[in-house]
Amino acid sequence: MSYPLHIVVCAGIVPDPLQTLEPVTTPAGPGLKNEMVLPAVLDPWAASALYEAADLAAKNPGSKVWLVSLGPKAKLQQVMMTVAQKVAFELVPIDGPIGGFPDAHSTAAVLAETIAALPGLDRGKLLLFGGWESATRGAGVTLQLVGERLGIADQFQGVDQIDLHEDGSFEVLERVEGGKHQVSVCAGAPAVLGWATGSLAEPRNNPQVGMANMRTIMPALQKAKAAKLDANGLRYVSVSLPKQQRETRVVKDRSPDEIARELAEWIGEEN
Amino acid sequence: MSSMTLSDRKTMLTLPGDAVRQIQWQFADRYDLQMLVQSARGVARGAVARLVAAGERNTHEWTAGKNEMMEAFDQAGVTAAFMEPEEGGFISGPKNLALSLAAFELAWVDGGAATASLASFLALAPIHERGTPEQSRHYKQISAPAQPGEDRKPWRGAFALTEPIPYVGVDTGMLSGKIRVAAWKDGEEPWVQVDKRGRFITGIAFANFVTAAVNSDDERIKGSCVVILEEGDEGVFDRGTPTKKLVHQLSSTGDPVFNLKVPASRIVGGYTVKDGVIVPNFNHGEIIEAVFRRTRVPVGVMTAAKLLSAVEPVIRYQRGRFRGAEGAKPGSVRYEQGIQQREDALHRLVDVWATGEAAASLGFAAARLFDRLDPVEKQKTAILKERGIQGGRAEMKALRESEAKALELLSLRPGDARRAALEADPLVEFVLLDAEANVLCPATKLWNTGHGTNMLREAVSLMGGYGITEDCPGFLANKWMDAQLEATYEGPEAVQRRQLTVTMTSEIFLAQFKAWTAEMRRIASTHPGTGACTLASAMQMWQWTLNHLQKATDPAGGKLYHGQRQGVTFALADALCWLLASRCQILDVLELEARGADDPVVSEGLEGTVQFLGDLCHTQAARAAGEVARICAELVFGYNAHPSWDEEEHRSCFLTSELEELEETMPGIAAMAVDVIRADGSHPQKAGPCAGCAGSGEFLRLQSKLTACLTGSRLAKDRAAETVSKVMIPEALDYPA
Repeated sequence: MSYPLHIVVCAGIVPDPLQTLEPVTTPAGPGLKNEMVLPAVLDPWAASALYEAADLAAKNPGSKVWLVSLGPKAKLQQVMMTVAQKVAFELVPIDGPIGGFPDAHSTAAVLAETIAALPGLDRGKLLLFGGWESATRGAGVTLQLVGERLGIADQFQGVDQIDLHEDGSFEVLERVEGGKHQVSVCAGAPAVLGWATGSLAEPRNNPQVGMANMRTIMPALQKAKAAKLDANGLRYVSVSLPKQQRETRVVKDRSPDEIARELAEWIGEEN
Repeated sequence: MSSMTLSDRKTMLTLPGDAVRQIQWQFADRYDLQMLVQSARGVARGAVARLVAAGERNTHEWTAGKNEMMEAFDQAGVTAAFMEPEEGGFISGPKNLALSLAAFELAWVDGGAATASLASFLALAPIHERGTPEQSRHYKQISAPAQPGEDRKPWRGAFALTEPIPYVGVDTGMLSGKIRVAAWKDGEEPWVQVDKRGRFITGIAFANFVTAAVNSDDERIKGSCVVILEEGDEGVFDRGTPTKKLVHQLSSTGDPVFNLKVPASRIVGGYTVKDGVIVPNFNHGEIIEAVFRRTRVPVGVMTAAKLLSAVEPVIRYQRGRFRGAEGAKPGSVRYEQGIQQREDALHRLVDVWATGEAAASLGFAAARLFDRLDPVEKQKTAILKERGIQGGRAEMKALRESEAKALELLSLRPGDARRAALEADPLVEFVLLDAEANVLCPATKLWNTGHGTNMLREAVSLMGGYGITEDCPGFLANKWMDAQLEATYEGPEAVQRRQLTVTMTSEIFLAQFKAWTAEMRRIASTHPGTGACTLASAMQMWQWTLNHLQKATDPAGGKLYHGQRQGVTFALADALCWLLASRCQILDVLELEARGADDPVVSEGLEGTVQFLGDLCHTQAARAAGEVARICAELVFGYNAHPSWDEEEHRSCFLTSELEELEETMPGIAAMAVDVIRADGSHPQKAGPCAGCAGSGEFLRLQSKLTACLTGSRLAKDRAAETVSKVMIPEALDYPA
């Protein structure tokens, strides 16, 4: 027996993690150097949420997955050339600014408004998925705020697994300290799930899936509404990347064990 | 770079990304192709790169790992790229650009992987191009990966033409396969016995079927044909031993032996029975011509991909070269710029990059051209068939009128009332596209792989000793070695040159070429920094030289432009390729400039990107001009006998006594005279009197003009070099190495 769900995944786009990220100050506030021209990917945390959503939907016939994404639509289109090949979904694009610095409250308001207006969405079946973290500057509150605005009280963060029961209730594993999980049972939708990495591998690209998705994605991108995000008085004093330290030495005549020991000590110093 | 003073200008911010390439190579509006690119890239930089890094190239045998690569192609849609949607594919219409893009992505990591992918297409291509509708549908459907709900493995094919190959020193019709009638009962389908030995057959380790070229060994079968063999057929299907290739080890190659009994319905394109003789509807020559003129293009694109793939690892190596050394402290020029503080390192990388851009532009232009040609060619065949005209010679004769119209169209000015009618004529369109395709295909195969190999050696050299190790990021040494095979398989360089010597002298092509020369001048007037003017001058020189050589003779009266005189014809073919590649490169940059502003992603930094890519065009155009000038000068002057000091030929020289007399009326003439015979009959120590330039004045004028046209090209190279030293690159390569 299956339990049809309406799963909405909120996912932004971020620069490809392999790119050189250099914070700069732009007229619109903090940003990354050349961010618009850097290759982008779907935020890896939210991408896990999307793959989990598709898997859950496939196991529950009659379910539907929406992918709500706020970003420059031209960049979204590029990212879709890969993401659309992974799993089936309907894209709901919102043409907005790139980067991780807009105010989380403004972003959440736009997302919630868009989700609330989705045609055919049954809130009684709604699971709101997203990333627990972000590969760009993660405000850490956006998904929760979207849930609050949609009136969803059951929220879970750091989710690695969901097991749906026949009555629509589900068990959730949330990450807690020490590499352990907290197990919760929720009576059913609606709920917010901020995903950690989940347990699914990234699906392979499949152009057949992509071509099917593209029938709705391209028209949606063309019709994407522009969103203006208010700063709400938000101001950044300074922006910097996490510290990256490189200490290279040419070492000869040392055994691998000695080198490994020194590396372990060096890493220990950092902590 | 401290020695350079350059004006304040925009510079390219990052390496050109997908959005830029989609516009340049003209598939920005094709999301099916964009997805194929991403999909092929995922396999290349994932499964394929891991295989190469794990040393899977170190064996000639077909392994489980290599087989997994083929399965990864299936799962990622690469295998299905050749099929129509109803056959299990996802791309409708012509697929030349699609296959080239897939080959580009796979070759970015490993050429053998790209070849493995293309080999199955090559096996299907004879069936696709000339097969009966039933053959085409059947073999493409079983070769497509399983659809949802299906439980089967896709069939894979191999194409067995076999050496020796046409054109170079051997007869086109020489095949090592025979076909005989095995059984033929009245009113039933005949059965044929096929005896074929293949050599260097790609994909043979896992092929389920083979398309084999064979000659008749039976008076009841006429001529030659291509026949489909299956592994379950009655008889011998021996895959032979793996070829001990030093390159492309991710593709299977072997020397198979077949002796099989198959129904005559396996003859590609079908047959008719006339007077008790099986007459194949297409001979093997007609089929392979249709196949190779298309499948050679992706091979050229592969080498282009490898050149462009070398840029990022070389930049990273150059910049980080001294980091970790005692004397290179963070913040110092040595630490930050590494080898890139030296102009030579930058200039050499600019040359590699410019070649890669030109090669990619030429290859993709050829692929797009075939996409345009395919439907027009079908239309042409249908029209002629309606008129009762079929077959090579009959069609050629019937198209002469259309050729005349095409020439007329090329001569008309824009806005001429006749243009619309001629442009709407599908036969005229076919003639024009066909003439261009007949040149662009061999040019892509020849120049991209041949010159590309030389430039890959340059890329390897830029990594120092690291370049020829297995640890070299980007597998550059593999790519260099692999390129030599790309220059060889599917028709080695001599075959391409031979084809060019015929096709580049077609009246239609030469008229097109003249129009392209004028086009480059027009572009130069609006885009002087692209090198278009330099290129136009070089094109003019090439065409003058061809014209001259077609009439000229050597001292013995032998014609210079002659099929057997490959010292002339092949050299001119080489020169032409440089010009074509450079032209395509310039056109692609103009396309980017024209359409980039409409794309919000590309428009950011567009000015700098166009400036840099334009500087690469200028650099490449100058290089092309240099090559053309050298080749043409050698050909124009090289077949003249040098004057000697004998009595006949030194009559034009001054005698010392004559000069003394003339000096009285023309003071200073003695200092001007070079070839002077002294009173004792002795002369200056050299080969002979200097050769005169009688009859070569026009060439020298063109040469002089071309030399001056190089003005600014080194400034462009300096600008490009500066960009190479500053452009932002990712933190690490996106595939294991």
